[in-house]
Amino acid sequence: MSDFTPSEMMIVSAARALAGIRTVFVGVGLPNIACNLARRTVAPDLELIYESGVYGARPARLPLSIGDPTLVTGAISVMPMADLFGLYLQGGLVEVALLGGAQIDRFGNLNTTVIGDYAAPKVRLPGSGGACEIALNARRIFIIMRLMKRAFVDKLDFYTSPGHLDGGTSRESLNVPGSGPQLVVTDKALFDFDNPEREMQITSLHVGVTLEQVREEVGREVRISESVRETAPPSEAELNLVRVELDPQGMYR
Amino acid sequence: MTDKRLSMREAIAEYITDGLSVAIEGFTAFICFAAGHEIIRQGRCNLTLIRMTPDLVYDQMIAAGVAHKLVFSYLGNPGVGSLHCVRRAVEKGIPAPLEIEEYSHYGMVARYSAGAMKLPFFPLRSYSGSDLPGANSRIKTVQSPYEDGETIAVVPPINPDVAIIHAQRADMLGNTQLWGLLGIQKEAAFAAKRVIVVAEQIVDESVIQADPNRTLIPGLIVDAVVHEPYGAHPSYVQGYYDRDNKFYLDWDQISRDQAGVEAWLEEWVMGVPDRAHYVAKLETETLERIKPGMAPAAPVNYGDYR
Repeated sequence: MSDFTPSEMMIVSAARALAGIRTVFVGVGLPNIACNLARRTVAPDLELIYESGVYGARPARLPLSIGDPTLVTGAISVMPMADLFGLYLQGGLVEVALLGGAQIDRFGNLNTTVIGDYAAPKVRLPGSGGACEIALNARRIFIIMRLMKRAFVDKLDFYTSPGHLDGGTSRESLNVPGSGPQLVVTDKALFDFDNPEREMQITSLHVGVTLEQVREEVGREVRISESVRETAPPSEAELNLVRVELDPQGMYR
Repeated sequence: MTDKRLSMREAIAEYITDGLSVAIEGFTAFICFAAGHEIIRQGRCNLTLIRMTPDLVYDQMIAAGVAHKLVFSYLGNPGVGSLHCVRRAVEKGIPAPLEIEEYSHYGMVARYSAGAMKLPFFPLRSYSGSDLPGANSRIKTVQSPYEDGETIAVVPPINPDVAIIHAQRADMLGNTQLWGLLGIQKEAAFAAKRVIVVAEQIVDESVIQADPNRTLIPGLIVDAVVHEPYGAHPSYVQGYYDRDNKFYLDWDQISRDQAGVEAWLEEWVMGVPDRAHYVAKLETETLERIKPGMAPAAPVNYGDYR
């Protein structure tokens, strides 16, 4: 087994989670590489959907933004954003969406809007983009974020994209199509929400990572699944695809 | 039929006056920096700037002090990080305080759609469980009058005083064709009271008529046509030039403080009379770097039905 970086472990973990999936709503960076890796491995029929109005992208280079022209050339369809959000997302055609954020709470709610008070923010973040409606309409949400104390918080400064709200059955009261966050991929561990409280719980530790390290990073009591596994390290084939084809310049290594 | 061609200087002087609401649209692609720079050069102020993704063009305009309000849905330097000028205005009131009105992407899409279709509001499945309606009281809910009585979010129409739309080609009447990321340009144009089209190429009407499916915006709703090659740099025009990602990365540094931005504006906006001089000032290496290869579509047959 060769060496690999925490980023590569994230990419490979996210790609594996897309096994058998047909449609995924993608962001740039790690999620983009993960989706392209999935297409070449566990999900050959996977179609990449970008909020810029692209269905079935076949990027020939690593896109810097979700509006990169390489997403247009060779795609199955390019459409007005009204169609992308109305017909594809709200129409229920997005199986999985990948999201991230500056802050996440124990129920998978995400903040990408402000740190501090909305009216007088300490840090003004980008805001929702399409994340709010994606979080409500995509059938399932996978969250991809590095494990950091300042990101894994008790209470969000702003609820941009609803996860399981206050946990339990509280999301059901929203009466929305999507079932919310199912998985959180980090550089140290994987989490799911498979408990009645819909609370984030450690389900798999990456090679060489201890529970204590994860607890330390989260900075609060972390729920632990009854069956914590060790994440299988990236295979030679997976690493090769990432390093040679998908991110040859190592931008996300 | 009237020839609507104007220079950028003439179009901005005629259609953009202080205090108007202006939408320079285009999602990552087709962002008309040439128009934004001319608005700065002509010293407009008190504008309400509308754009889903303010991008560098509004970062520059806000740093230059042309705006008092921003309506938006994503406030980032796409693929790079923060819009430092907008952040300075929001967080510290530099160079002036900036009022913001914030939606999600689909919320902005819905607002333009309602504006274009002259509807009182537009329903969408979004915002429930989010703090956005608390931050923006214009996001409301209505109850369906039909059997299920569902409660659904609604947003109000938006009708910009002026929309500026960049495109690959248009004829002198304003019939405009685009391919690539279509974003929200069509809805923004139909929603606006005035429309300025800026094109890489001015073509004969026969070129438009030979491929009518590609016409996004009819001359019917267009007030002015500006011929401005490279008018969207450092954003891009599909098939004409690539996004200048290096500049987007450089801007992250340039824009870290107001003095740096002012020096940049002095050199690249105030220091040039128009876009042609801006393009001439770009390095040959830049223009070579952003030149795409060829990927033509197969021709289609519309049929001759005489």
